[in-house]
Amino acid sequence: MSTLLTAEYGVKNIIKSFGGAKALSDVSLSVKSGQVHCIAGENGSGKSTLIKIMSGVHAPDSGQIRLGEKSFSELSPREAVREGVQVIFQDFSLLPNLTVAENIAIPTYISRNSLFFSKRETKKIAESALDLIGVDLDITASVEDISIASKQLIAIARATNLGVKMLFMDEPTTALTRKEIKHLFKVVEQLKERGVATVFVSHKIDEIQEICHTITILRNGEVVADGLMKDFKRDSISEAMTGLNISETRIAPPLKETTEKVIEVKNLKTKPTFSDISFSIAPGEILGITGLLGSGRTELAEAIFGQYPIDSGELIVGEKSIQLNSSSAALKAGIGYVPPDRLTQGLFLEQSILRNLVAVGIDQYQGKGKLLSKNRLTEAGEKWIKDLRIKTKNPSNPVTSLSGGNQQRVVLAKWLAMNPKLMILNGPTVGVDIGSKREILEIIRDRAQEGMAFLVVSDDIPELVQICHRVLVIKNGKISKSFDELELNEEILYEELS
Amino acid sequence: MNYKKLLRRNETALIIAIVILSAVIGAKSPEFFTLANLFDVFRSSFVQLLFALGVLVVIISGGIDVSFPVVGIFSGYSAVVLMQHFEWNPGNILLPVALAILIGILLGALNSIAIASFGIPTLIATLGTSGIFRGILLTFIGSSFISDIPLALDKFATADLLKIQPAEGTLARLHVLIIPIAIITILVSLMLNRTMFGRSIYALGGGIEATRRLGISVKRTQAKVYMFVGGISGLAGILYVSLQRKANPYDLAGSELDIIAAVVLGGASIMGGYGTVFGTVLGVILISLIKGNLILLGVSGSWQRAAIGALLLIGITVQAINESKKAKNRRVSTSDEAAE
Repeated sequence: MSTLLTAEYGVKNIIKSFGGAKALSDVSLSVKSGQVHCIAGENGSGKSTLIKIMSGVHAPDSGQIRLGEKSFSELSPREAVREGVQVIFQDFSLLPNLTVAENIAIPTYISRNSLFFSKRETKKIAESALDLIGVDLDITASVEDISIASKQLIAIARATNLGVKMLFMDEPTTALTRKEIKHLFKVVEQLKERGVATVFVSHKIDEIQEICHTITILRNGEVVADGLMKDFKRDSISEAMTGLNISETRIAPPLKETTEKVIEVKNLKTKPTFSDISFSIAPGEILGITGLLGSGRTELAEAIFGQYPIDSGELIVGEKSIQLNSSSAALKAGIGYVPPDRLTQGLFLEQSILRNLVAVGIDQYQGKGKLLSKNRLTEAGEKWIKDLRIKTKNPSNPVTSLSGGNQQRVVLAKWLAMNPKLMILNGPTVGVDIGSKREILEIIRDRAQEGMAFLVVSDDIPELVQICHRVLVIKNGKISKSFDELELNEEILYEELS
Repeated sequence: MNYKKLLRRNETALIIAIVILSAVIGAKSPEFFTLANLFDVFRSSFVQLLFALGVLVVIISGGIDVSFPVVGIFSGYSAVVLMQHFEWNPGNILLPVALAILIGILLGALNSIAIASFGIPTLIATLGTSGIFRGILLTFIGSSFISDIPLALDKFATADLLKIQPAEGTLARLHVLIIPIAIITILVSLMLNRTMFGRSIYALGGGIEATRRLGISVKRTQAKVYMFVGGISGLAGILYVSLQRKANPYDLAGSELDIIAAVVLGGASIMGGYGTVFGTVLGVILISLIKGNLILLGVSGSWQRAAIGALLLIGITVQAINESKKAKNRRVSTSDEAAE
């Protein structure tokens, strides 16, 4: 243990370019065993390149990788694993059709070069791995049936079992509830005690301040700041990440007094997900809905868009009551919906940016004889790219070529193009970096000023406080509290949630 | 646990289907419930089952192989041609069987190259190779019907393990193949569940990228899978030739529908990752029953293919429905967790 405690892991003077573009220039960082380090940076800052160099996916152009006593000019993936470098990717790399035990144990079998596979041995390997990190799970369950938080614990158990010395966790808290994050942090404490050097890659500043001792901030492939976490303030971290002084002050536009309602929801109910849901939204109003994961907030948003079945209740748009049974009915009534998982639900990933931009409401672009007019399509697409400041060199590139923040803008543009009366945004800035986030919120603000109503479903409290006129808190499927503009602040919301 | 329960339900459903179908057929024709007929069902299932075990393994790995009937008849026919050419006339069937398996593995290796090395989608790759294999077979190896197959193969067609003469009715003969086929079935099951190769096949069906990150070689696993299917198809092909007592290079074409239907009805997911040997055995029995006896129910022979095609679609629809049910359950269960 004592030798482990003094070991250091990291890189020195790493340079890496891809086809002329510099991804990392002279990057150094060092993590001591038993410490938790944070790598912060926006998308494209070089975080993932750095992880790939340390895990042996890419070879650096120059520089050194230091793992304890040893020093390497480059690593193969196999060497990286042998030297104890493990990465937990955002998708966890688990096999949904196999059991928890199998997912944990298979790499151990492979490292032993075993030909045979025994249930009893698998159980033993899995149980001891889970013990190491102090976690109790049903190891006979199929991975597809367990929660995201459990999947993450399995990925950690698997890494620990392979003798991890340096563990990278890529955005580990994105899909977790606060309670699950607390549990994850406890597990990280266990790793610390075992002398593992843990690296958190994240841009959730609250969390990294809570768990990390040291921090390295990357911007455009360079280290712009590093040091002890306690020497950094919230603002200084985000400033270093973006190079801008981005404020998190309220930007919600003033709300005009009106009795007009864009939408009125009356006694919406679906057992057991939610019940007694009533509220209304005025033109230009931005209403926030928050709640823990599983509180029913997502289902509620989907129900208003006709994608989640309801038992009873009424939805009045304008003067008319509409049937909540299909998304096309909702669309016709002027309701748009941007889903939380833009990658699977909101975009045609392989198609061009342009085509994605014009996909909703494609009928508007008909020219002569009902055929689509290519000129009109291009015109409309280019207008959106300019309006929403989507950063791309060529609009005919596939959407996958864009960063997360820009992809989210494409989704937004797609729906804004329909000019809905009410726009439902579910997690509008999930996985988006700070700079882009501010810009997305500004887009929402500008549209609200023009009279579009918004329903923002989010668990990002600072974001809700910045943009909303009113926030409803959902607990166990019921509206537990409503905060108006005057009452709204972060503490009060956190308190209501916990 | 959930999917195991589901599979079990699928297998129970199959058993019920088999029982009901037997009862209906038996009511129409009393001969159905004789030992002789039972043994006949077995006999007509041997070759099918071997093919089905091969297809099961590919489907679990997330791929598909439609070249197996051609590989089977190619191997069986070529083994016979080779033996006639060199005038080999051994006393038992070990030589032709070994020859056919080797040829099958070789053809499977060509599939492996197309799939693992060139990364061609499995359906397209095997569709292409099946055309190539058939062309080579008919052009270079032979296109004529061979009725005087080597003596050992011919005699094996009537090698009975036991003969039972009931008080009245026909003689019931149980073919000796029941033993090796049972052993092979158990071995395939052990391979899938108790070896790292087997677990790698399931892993591959669960997700290629995740499998790679576990440290499993995707290409090597795929290569082995298609060679395995080739080998087992070669074995099925030579046994088919022996049981038919003739070698016809035009045979077996089109049998992929029956086999794939049997495997899918047996609960293997066409998307990969799921499937059991027991389910496949039941699927093969069900398809055999239908093929052999639908005519007793007044369904004409030409409708059998339609019936089996319909069953295949039903099997896949059931899978799709279960999948969406599962997704819904998962959703409710996350809501429950939060409610606690």
